[in-house]
Amino acid sequence: MADAVIQVENLKKNYGAVEAVRGLNFIVERGEVFGLLGPNGAGKTSTVEMLEGLRTPDGGIVRVCGLDPQKSGEEFKQRIGAVLQSTALPDKLRVKEAVELFAQFYHHRADTEKLLARFQLQEKQTAFYSHLSGGQKQRLALAMALVNDPEVVFLDEPTAGLDPQVRREIYDIIEELKREKKTVLLTTHYIEEAERLCDRVAIVDHGRVIALGTPRELKHSSAGTTRIEVRLAHSPVNGLLAGLDGVSDCREFEGTYVLHSSRPPQTIVSLVKQLEAENNELQSLEMFSPSLEDVFIELTGRRLRE
Amino acid sequence: MSSTWTLTKMRLRLAVRNRAFFFFSLVMPLIFLFGAVALIGHGRTEWVGYILGAILTTTVMGSFWGLSVQLVTFREQGILRRFRLAPLGAGPMLASSILANYFLVLPVVAFEILVCRFAFHMQSWGDLAAILLLVTVGSSTFSALGLIVASVTNTMQETQMINNLIWMAFLFLSGATVPLAVFPGWLQRVALFIPAQYLATGLESAATSLTTRAEMITDTTALLLGLLVAFEVSRQLFRWEPEAKAPRRAKLWVLAALVPFLAFGIWESATGTRLKHIDQNFDTIRAMAERIPGAR
Repeated sequence: MADAVIQVENLKKNYGAVEAVRGLNFIVERGEVFGLLGPNGAGKTSTVEMLEGLRTPDGGIVRVCGLDPQKSGEEFKQRIGAVLQSTALPDKLRVKEAVELFAQFYHHRADTEKLLARFQLQEKQTAFYSHLSGGQKQRLALAMALVNDPEVVFLDEPTAGLDPQVRREIYDIIEELKREKKTVLLTTHYIEEAERLCDRVAIVDHGRVIALGTPRELKHSSAGTTRIEVRLAHSPVNGLLAGLDGVSDCREFEGTYVLHSSRPPQTIVSLVKQLEAENNELQSLEMFSPSLEDVFIELTGRRLRE
Repeated sequence: MSSTWTLTKMRLRLAVRNRAFFFFSLVMPLIFLFGAVALIGHGRTEWVGYILGAILTTTVMGSFWGLSVQLVTFREQGILRRFRLAPLGAGPMLASSILANYFLVLPVVAFEILVCRFAFHMQSWGDLAAILLLVTVGSSTFSALGLIVASVTNTMQETQMINNLIWMAFLFLSGATVPLAVFPGWLQRVALFIPAQYLATGLESAATSLTTRAEMITDTTALLLGLLVAFEVSRQLFRWEPEAKAPRRAKLWVLAALVPFLAFGIWESATGTRLKHIDQNFDTIRAMAERIPGAR
């Protein structure tokens, strides 16, 4: 608690009749990469924007570096860096100008040349913002978030909409921040991102934290089952899949049957036998190690990207 | 102050990279200038100073559109949100808009004066100190008035609609396009309440060297008070977020910025000295142009 950089207690945010955030609680320790994982509309962006001071909470307590983002104004902003879900800059602003412009607003400034090099933007430093690709824009947004060498970095879905190659580049940058012991709060709906980057994850749904822990702890809490996803030629007889050997849970998502099994080989053997007996056909079968997706499914009955 | 200057430099850079801005702030006023000298002045050099005053007025009033519209675009596109994350208040954002407008107006004003003096053989330089003072205060005041509109409107469409309405009043009731002296008496009195009238009257007098100290003080004070009120109102109403809509009552704040001009309008309407002066100045120039014996 003594080293808590971000403290959130019973945080609430409403938009008219919609309760976007319903009493969120969590703490982020110094040097930790903390993830808010949840589907779209879970309240992640509202939460992070309240932490950044962009939105006013309707209830609860927020402290970042011991400061209230709503009341501490400039002092607070000197200490944080942030990448918004969607960053926009003037079209005719050049890359280097953007980094230098924002650096000048802060007392403590990182070396802008080094930042451009670190984010592989040197070759593009004279390019207009409007001429950058999505990945380059996001790298620039990250560079701008670090111009003041902040204590805390907020990253709101930093890889959303980017292709896998660029996404991996961003992961490398975040891992570098982790090595530098920066405190990072990351929101995402990508399981892979949360599992790979975060020290701890809060799974958020409908404005509430429904699970919190390290990715390993969370996966263990899901009984360590293997996820088997199958597609069949015809709908199976009711209860057939749930009754297979080793299956602890079975749900259907748009024609795909998701089984959780503690003994995958036995489950597959019995599945094949049952399908033969029913004159049904297996169209596809995929197996997955336990992941945070399974935790989410177990807790909500839904997939993360539904 | 350093943030304001940093933002001012950014705005200047963006403005000079914008062809449309270049056209509207430099090419358009020059087209007006050539047209006015040819059509209104019929090439008579006696009229050039007066026409210069009117053209300078439209140039300076152009600050009303200037970068305030850019501010609405920034808000709509979410650019202001990114600036909001930085340790910046509304003050530097607004002040930088006013300063950048001023620096963009200055060279255009200088160019217009030089064109009048050397290409159209304007008979004298006019009162350059008075011109500089009025351009400085006027550009800032009209920028600030534009910022209020930017603060109370929710979309670019709405901004342009309101700006156009106000702009028309400024243009036609200030004396910049139609001399106030030819207006009927009641319309002259209405014009006394229009901020642009103080700029137009001041610049026309300064450009023709017919200005008096008292007139200069009145014009500058009216514009300066307008600037202070408009800046503070726009600072109070400033919104960073695209979805943060201005409440309807906020639009009434625009009227608050007009209070200084309302006060000056009532005063001038009661005394009548300003209108008398405007008529006298116009008659003097007309007499000079028509070479009436005995005219100044």
